[in-house]
Amino acid sequence: MSSIPVSASTEQEWVLPSSGKVSMLCLIAAESVIFAIFVVAYLYYIGKPTSGPTPAEILKVPIIDTICLLSSSLTMHWATRALRHDRIKMFLLLWGITLALGLKFVEGTATNWYWMIHDRHFTISTSLFGTTFYSLVGLHVSHVIIGLTGLSLIFVLGLAGKIKPKHFESVDIFSYYWHFVDAVWVVVFTVVYVISLHGIQV
Amino acid sequence: MVTVDHKKLGLMYIAYGLLFLAIGGAEATIMRIQLALPDMHFVSPEVFSELFTMHGTTMIFFVVMPILFGFANYLVPLMIGTRDMALPRLNAFSFWMTAFGGLLLYYSFIGGDGVYGAGSAPQITWWAYSPLTSRAFSVGNSTDFWTLAILISGVGSVGAGVNIFSTIACRRCRGMTLSKMPLLAWLNWVMAAMVILGISPLTAAQLMLLIDRYLGGHFFDTQAGGSAVIWMHFFWVFGHPEVYILVIPAFAFASEIIPVFSRKVIFGYPIMVAAVLAIAFLSFSVWAHHMFAVDMPSYANAYFVLSSMLIAVPTGIKIFNWLGTIWRGKIIFATPMLFCIAFLFQFLIGGLTGIMLATAPFDWQLNDTYFVVAHFHYIIVGGILFTVFAAFYYWYPKATGRMMDEKLGKLHFWLFLIGFHLTFDFMHVPGILGMPRRIYTYQANRGWGIWNLIVSIGVIFQILGIAVFVYNMIASYVKGEPAGNDPWDAWTLEWSTSSPPPSYNFAELPEVRSRRPLWDLKHPEDPDWSYE
Repeated sequence: MSSIPVSASTEQEWVLPSSGKVSMLCLIAAESVIFAIFVVAYLYYIGKPTSGPTPAEILKVPIIDTICLLSSSLTMHWATRALRHDRIKMFLLLWGITLALGLKFVEGTATNWYWMIHDRHFTISTSLFGTTFYSLVGLHVSHVIIGLTGLSLIFVLGLAGKIKPKHFESVDIFSYYWHFVDAVWVVVFTVVYVISLHGIQV
Repeated sequence: MVTVDHKKLGLMYIAYGLLFLAIGGAEATIMRIQLALPDMHFVSPEVFSELFTMHGTTMIFFVVMPILFGFANYLVPLMIGTRDMALPRLNAFSFWMTAFGGLLLYYSFIGGDGVYGAGSAPQITWWAYSPLTSRAFSVGNSTDFWTLAILISGVGSVGAGVNIFSTIACRRCRGMTLSKMPLLAWLNWVMAAMVILGISPLTAAQLMLLIDRYLGGHFFDTQAGGSAVIWMHFFWVFGHPEVYILVIPAFAFASEIIPVFSRKVIFGYPIMVAAVLAIAFLSFSVWAHHMFAVDMPSYANAYFVLSSMLIAVPTGIKIFNWLGTIWRGKIIFATPMLFCIAFLFQFLIGGLTGIMLATAPFDWQLNDTYFVVAHFHYIIVGGILFTVFAAFYYWYPKATGRMMDEKLGKLHFWLFLIGFHLTFDFMHVPGILGMPRRIYTYQANRGWGIWNLIVSIGVIFQILGIAVFVYNMIASYVKGEPAGNDPWDAWTLEWSTSSPPPSYNFAELPEVRSRRPLWDLKHPEDPDWSYE
């Protein structure tokens, strides 16, 4: 009785979901909750700080960065599609554009933060608004940077000729993470640059 | 040390949890010595505060969770008929993160105040309410060690949760549809989903606390407009699902063991699954019943009273189904079954005091008293620890190939049962008489003395019980009776392979047609799949 015999009667298909995809979705669920808590703190604290500048006095809406980040999702989608159809050069081109757009986003945030911290002396400890703003945006940017690390790794491997259509699933799973980071930016942008900038109390 | 095998990692998790059980138990014992008589000076007030902080943190994060993850790791792949977890390397990573978290927590005893002040553990309770955790009130580094320990073990827990979830989703053997999974797999699946969603709020809150303490942030700084109450919300939105993360695997053990020792199929399998899904869903909506004393608006109080009471419905369904399983069965009173029967009684009582405390006006009277302490120990010890012991006696033969001694097992059961009831039954009384939690001593004329003495005497029986248990595990490993593949005449897949199972688990991956594949194999004339 060391094993249960396979009965020949039920030779039908037995297909379960890919563990990579399920695990990535689980990770995304866990990350979503972390972001949700930071968003709740941000919303709850709008209008509560007892000192420091208001959002309207300090925030500059990052339109170009936002366009860059959101369009990077599109280029990444096309890139993975190109990989699946074995068009490696097209994949590398689109993947490179995705990487560049992501880097532009981080560069934009860095410039903006430098201006706020260096020129306006507005830091994470200046006020409660500083704490919630830098924490939420910083949490998101740190996820973008993690994503860029993965993007660069795949890009370098691709340039070295190591990425083949058989790696489509891994690359596709990675792309879930990047799309998630983009989707979070939509939420962060709405919360920070639409709701709090216009002084809407929650 | 570098293994990625799910069975070895499972046993490592369990061994690690048992080690910390000894440490957390020692902390509890010192507290009970201090409280046994009025006006004692066995330990100072500061040390007492450190003891209850470390006891709570240790027991939740470094005893119960690792032990339950250990059992999930060991059993889930065997019971769903696969060779390993979906992500074996993540599994090893998760274990070592949890292990490192525990070491970090206890490093605070040495490094809390830097090199000067050895012996300064955090004094913040396991929920670490703000503003007690701010730089002004928690000087030194001990609180930071606590925060980092929870953060890191939380990463390990989420890793384990993701792994268990995707193993069950993606690695079930041929034929094992969702409705044919053993209940243990179902319940651990739900637990894993809750870990993924429930631990993350704590991770976020700990990040905020670190920002406050290290970067001068103001999340919980009331001077700057921050709120201390929002920490409570963030903590308990983790903290209450956490209770169910701990108790659902305990339900899983009971759901496997009770049918085998009643010689009947589990009563109402689909309802059991539905009930646990309802519990998991509701458990995310009840957190503020820990906060009735913070003066929430009355509609908020009413909502949390009602949602908390609603959880009693699916929980009650589960208890009735276990009773329905036992009802008219050929009951075998082996040690695992004894622990499960005690669990049914104790979990019911713990649940009933829970309903009492879920009533806001009642809670206003008894909040922060020993009644609350007695209530949640009834769940965690009387509910969870008893089924964990049952699981030890039930699956020890599978993991080692030898039976645990029945006589010693029964001695362990009775000693621990007596100790448990002496301690936690009588702990309700000083609570009702108004004895607050976390006080390090009390005056003789309060009338709490006799109750506290009985509570402390109970600890002696519990320690004796645990000593018998540890001796039994060691002695049986050396000279226990050989177990064979299937010592309990059970029905799930782990009993179809050898004891201990080979590293590949199954020579040939099994295929199932019902919830009890081994029954089908042993009774080809009357297989389960002709009914399901």
